[in-house]
Amino acid sequence: MCARHVAFLFATGEPSRLGAAVSHHTGGIFIKRLSLLFWFVFALCGLGAASRAFGHGFAGARFFPATLSTDDPFVADELSLPTINTIRTTDDGGTRETDISVDIAKRITPQFGIEIGETLTVLNPHEGRAANGFGNLELGGKYQFLKSDAHEAIVSVGLGVEIGGTGSNSIDADSFSTWSPAIFFGKGFGDLPEALRFLKPIAITGVAGIAIPTSASTRSITVNDQTDERDIKIEQHPDVLQWGFALEYSVIYLQSQVQDMHLPSPIDRLIPLVEFAMETPLNRGAGGPTTGTINPGVIWAGKYLQVGVEAVIPINEHTGNNVGVIAQLHFFLDDLFPNTIGRSLFGGNK
Amino acid sequence: MNSLCRIFSFCLLLILLPAQLSAHAFLQHSDPPVGGKVHSSPAAVRIWFTEVIESASSSIQVFDAMGKQVDKKDMHSDRSNHSLLEVSLPRLGPGIYKVVWRVMSADTHVTNGDFKFQIAP
Repeated sequence: MCARHVAFLFATGEPSRLGAAVSHHTGGIFIKRLSLLFWFVFALCGLGAASRAFGHGFAGARFFPATLSTDDPFVADELSLPTINTIRTTDDGGTRETDISVDIAKRITPQFGIEIGETLTVLNPHEGRAANGFGNLELGGKYQFLKSDAHEAIVSVGLGVEIGGTGSNSIDADSFSTWSPAIFFGKGFGDLPEALRFLKPIAITGVAGIAIPTSASTRSITVNDQTDERDIKIEQHPDVLQWGFALEYSVIYLQSQVQDMHLPSPIDRLIPLVEFAMETPLNRGAGGPTTGTINPGVIWAGKYLQVGVEAVIPINEHTGNNVGVIAQLHFFLDDLFPNTIGRSLFGGNK
Repeated sequence: MNSLCRIFSFCLLLILLPAQLSAHAFLQHSDPPVGGKVHSSPAAVRIWFTEVIESASSSIQVFDAMGKQVDKKDMHSDRSNHSLLEVSLPRLGPGIYKVVWRVMSADTHVTNGDFKFQIAP
């Protein structure tokens, strides 16, 4: 979990988020919401009790890192704080959009976990006033129904919801909710034949789902003060196929499973990867070209946290013309707090 | 502002706290080395992990190319270094051997893996 869908902004067909640009003081709200998330986690802490831990991102000998741009298939105890994504969009003659996110995932049972996320968006247009505000609150649940240690494989299903009306008008957060059922998978190539052993560190994780808005369209009316003319705009909200995958090469796996290359630190803990985060509108007259980004980057995974950074490269003009950056600091709560919030609440740990 | 300071302090705590904790145990290095080649039969397979290991709940097994276990089944941790496990080997002939390990770190996280080494003629 804890990936930010960097392609989403481009595919929703939203009008300029600056259309109602009003500069709000959101710092206090930001702190309150973050505090709420922390209290949520520590409330769960009080309930945490179990026997043995297995934890994050493992299938057999394979450690899968948390990916930045596409959601990973694991149910885990994780905290991404923060994920920062910045890119210049084409809105209003060029707008620098920066998203600062926090995401928390908590295992309820070893196979089922819940997730909660929030994003502060800062918009700096080339002309006009800056705006910032929170996006809608995001909640989710994920159930891991297949795991093969021998084949380093895992499959899970999840349901996410962006709760409409909980975000700020200043950034045009949707007034309607969007449900997103999805299927997630991960597969390590450790079972390749020995002749291809240097390909064994390769792994792929991916996701395919549909974002289903609860409102098919929204209508906005603007009045010209001088002519008193009314301009009615109807914005369609199509269902959107969200799909993506991450292709990664684990130096950790290479060193410990295939061949000790005597690589020095921190190279021996690197996982170079490239992520593909795509969206395809499906209906309501918006069936059009797929938009998305290709994000090459690298993750360094330590004992208790990982750090990742990726370039965000639009795949076509419909997506954008500028390259952005996404970076993330991600904590493994199961390693940091193995006796409290790092354990599943019920059912022990497997 | 005080709340902001608390949140940054929390992040800092998360980063600094690990100095006191245990975590998932990864293979750090081994003797014979992962994927390595040696020219005589080693007396033991030794694996250094990134964490202190609960040896009673851990195992190292060595198999030959036919899948037969060839180690002496006496896996134990080093007295002075509890992140080092070793299992003794009889005198082995040339061939490729597979080491399979499964360990539990001090905080009960379980990890496993395997690797091969070759004894050259």
